[in-house]
Amino acid sequence: MTTKVKAAIIGSGNIGTDLLYKALRSEIIEPIWMVGIDPESEGLRRAKELGLKTTAEGVKGLGPYIAEDKVQIAWDATSAYVHESNNALVKKFGVKMVDLTPAAVGPFCVPPVNLREMVGRSEQNVNMVTCGGQATIPMVAAVSRVQPVEYGEIIATVSSKSAGPGTRKNIDEFTRTTARGVEVVGGAKRGKAIIIINPAEPPLIMRDTIHCLTEDTPKQEAIIESAREMIAEVQKYVPGYTLKNGPVFDGNRVSFYMEVEGLGDFLPKYAGNLDIMTAAGLRTAELIAEEIQRAEAA
Amino acid sequence: MNLQGKKVTLHDMSLRDGMHPQRHQLTPAQMIEVATALDAAGVPLIEVTHGDGLGGASVNYGFPAASDEEYLRAVVPQMKSAKISALLIPGIGTVDHLRMAHDCGVQTIRVATHCTEADVSEQHIGLGAKMEMDTVGFLMMAHMIGPEELLEQAKLMQDYGANCLYITDSAGYMLPDDVTARVRLFREKLEAHIEVGFHGHHNMHMGIANSLAAIEAGAGRIDGSVAGMGAGAGNTPLEAFVAVLHRMGVETGVDMWKLMDVAEEIVYPMMTHKVRVDRDSLTLGYAGVYSSFLLHAKRAAEKYGLKSTDILVELGRMKTVGGQEDMIEDVALDMKKAGSAE
Repeated sequence: MTTKVKAAIIGSGNIGTDLLYKALRSEIIEPIWMVGIDPESEGLRRAKELGLKTTAEGVKGLGPYIAEDKVQIAWDATSAYVHESNNALVKKFGVKMVDLTPAAVGPFCVPPVNLREMVGRSEQNVNMVTCGGQATIPMVAAVSRVQPVEYGEIIATVSSKSAGPGTRKNIDEFTRTTARGVEVVGGAKRGKAIIIINPAEPPLIMRDTIHCLTEDTPKQEAIIESAREMIAEVQKYVPGYTLKNGPVFDGNRVSFYMEVEGLGDFLPKYAGNLDIMTAAGLRTAELIAEEIQRAEAA
Repeated sequence: MNLQGKKVTLHDMSLRDGMHPQRHQLTPAQMIEVATALDAAGVPLIEVTHGDGLGGASVNYGFPAASDEEYLRAVVPQMKSAKISALLIPGIGTVDHLRMAHDCGVQTIRVATHCTEADVSEQHIGLGAKMEMDTVGFLMMAHMIGPEELLEQAKLMQDYGANCLYITDSAGYMLPDDVTARVRLFREKLEAHIEVGFHGHHNMHMGIANSLAAIEAGAGRIDGSVAGMGAGAGNTPLEAFVAVLHRMGVETGVDMWKLMDVAEEIVYPMMTHKVRVDRDSLTLGYAGVYSSFLLHAKRAAEKYGLKSTDILVELGRMKTVGGQEDMIEDVALDMKKAGSAE
C-alpha cells in the first residue's frame, strides 16, 4: 500500500475548514497542517481537535516543517491579496499549490472540463477560478464543445451568509476572474460574469444562470445531450448540482438555470458555492497526488 | 408641511433609469438632445449610462444601443453647467468601469448595493473618493430593512469615503413615514458633512409625496426623472415635482417652464414604452419588487402564457433583490410546469 500524500491547508476560515472535512475522507491525500493567522480562530481549534498540526503564524509558521513533514501539496484558501506571497514560500520547497483564491497566478482548472489536460504538465500552481466559475464554466463548455460560442455570460446568486469577507472586499476579482475563466476554460469568445448577493432568510441555495450566444443556430439535441453528460460529471463530486430549468433555446441564445446544493460537510447545504469550490479543489489535488505517487513509484 | 426657503439639488434619471423602459435603446444622439435640454433648464445633475449602470450590457439586463463610454463621451462635452453622474453596481461593474467613467469626465459616481450588502462597495467608493469625485453610496431596496439596520450599512459607506448617502426606494414600496424615519435617522447619525439623498419610484404614485417627506426630514438631494421616464412606473416625475417645490418655496435652480417643454416635446414622444402606473407597475410597488423587472416580467408572461402580475408577486415572495433579472424566466418556467401539472 502506498502512503497518502501529505497536504497543508492555508486558511482556517469557512472554505479551509470545509475542505478539511472533505480531505479527511480522501484515500490518497492526508491533510496534516492547518495554517491560520489568528490563534483564537475557530478553524484552527477545530483542525487541532481533528488531529492536525496548526500554526497561527501564516505560511511562515509552516515553512520550517514542510520538508520535515513531507508536505507536498498545499491549498490556499485565503485571499487573492496574499496568495502570491503564500505561493512563493511553499514553492521553494517544491510544494504543489492548488489555489482556491481568485488570484489566478496559475492556469485555471475546472475539473470536469480540463482536469485531464493538467495531467503530465506538472504545473506548480493551478487556480480554481471562483465558486461561480466552478458552477457555470462546465455548462459553457458543454455548449462550446458542440459549436462555437460567441459570448458566454453567467450570473451567480449566492446567499449573504455564504459570501465571506474575502469575496466582499474584492468583488471585482470575482467578476474579472470568472469572466476570464468563461473564455479560457469555457471556450466562449467573450465572457461576462455577474454576482448577486441575496440576504433572504432562510438563505437561498446557490443559483447560477448560464447564457450562451452561439455563432450559428443552436444544435438543440446535441447541446441537450452534452449538457446532460457534463452535469453527470459535476455530480460525481457535487451531487447537488442540478439543472432546474432549461436549456431554453431562444434564437441563438441557450440558457441554463442551475441550482447548487452543497454536501453540508461543515458549511450549510445552501452554501453550494463554497462546496463546489472545496470539492473541486480536493478533486484537483487528488489528481496531483496520483501524479506524485506515480513519480515516486517509478 | 413647511419647506419654505429650503434648497435641494435635483438629479435627473431619465438617461439611466429611463433606459429600462427604453430597453436600453436610447441612442447617443437622443441622450445629447435630452441632456442639453435639461442643462438649459438648469437641472444640475444628470445620470447617464445603461439602466443597470456601468457594465450593465448583458443578456441578463439587455444590450444597449451604444457602450457606456460612447454615451458618456457623447454627452459630457456638451454640458454647459450640468454635471454628469454614473451608476455602478459592484458585482456588475468594476473599478475599471469607474476609471473609464472618470476619464470621460464623470464627476459624480454613485455606488449602488442591495441595502444589506454595503460591504461589497469598499473598493469602488474608496477609489471614487481617492479620485476626488462626488462619491455617493446608494442603498437599494431600502424598504426591506428597518431604519437602524439601514443606518449601519450607510455608516460602512461613510467609512469607505462616500460624501453622500442615498435611501433608494427601488421598488416604489415606501410610504412617506418610511422615508421620514430613514432620512431623519441618517441626518441625525451620519457625520454632518454627509449629504442625504432619496431616490423614489412612482409605482404607487408616491414619488412626489415621498420626496417631499425626504426634504422635510433633511434630505438635500432628490432624484427624479423628466416625464417620469424610469423603471416600473418611473421615477418621481421631475417637472411636476419642481412645480410643487416652487409653490412651496423650495429653491431648485430649475426653470419649470423649460423642464415642462423637455418632458412634453422631447422625452414623452421618445418613449417606446409609455411609463405609467399600470397593474404591473402597481404590483411592483405593492409587493416590493425591483422596478426594472417590469418589462422582463411582461415578456416572460407573454412567452409562457402567464399573468405578469403573478410572476411579480412570486418574485416578491421569494425576496429577490436588484439584479436578479435571471430569476424571471426561471420563475416563469416553474410556474408553467406547476400549471401544466395541475
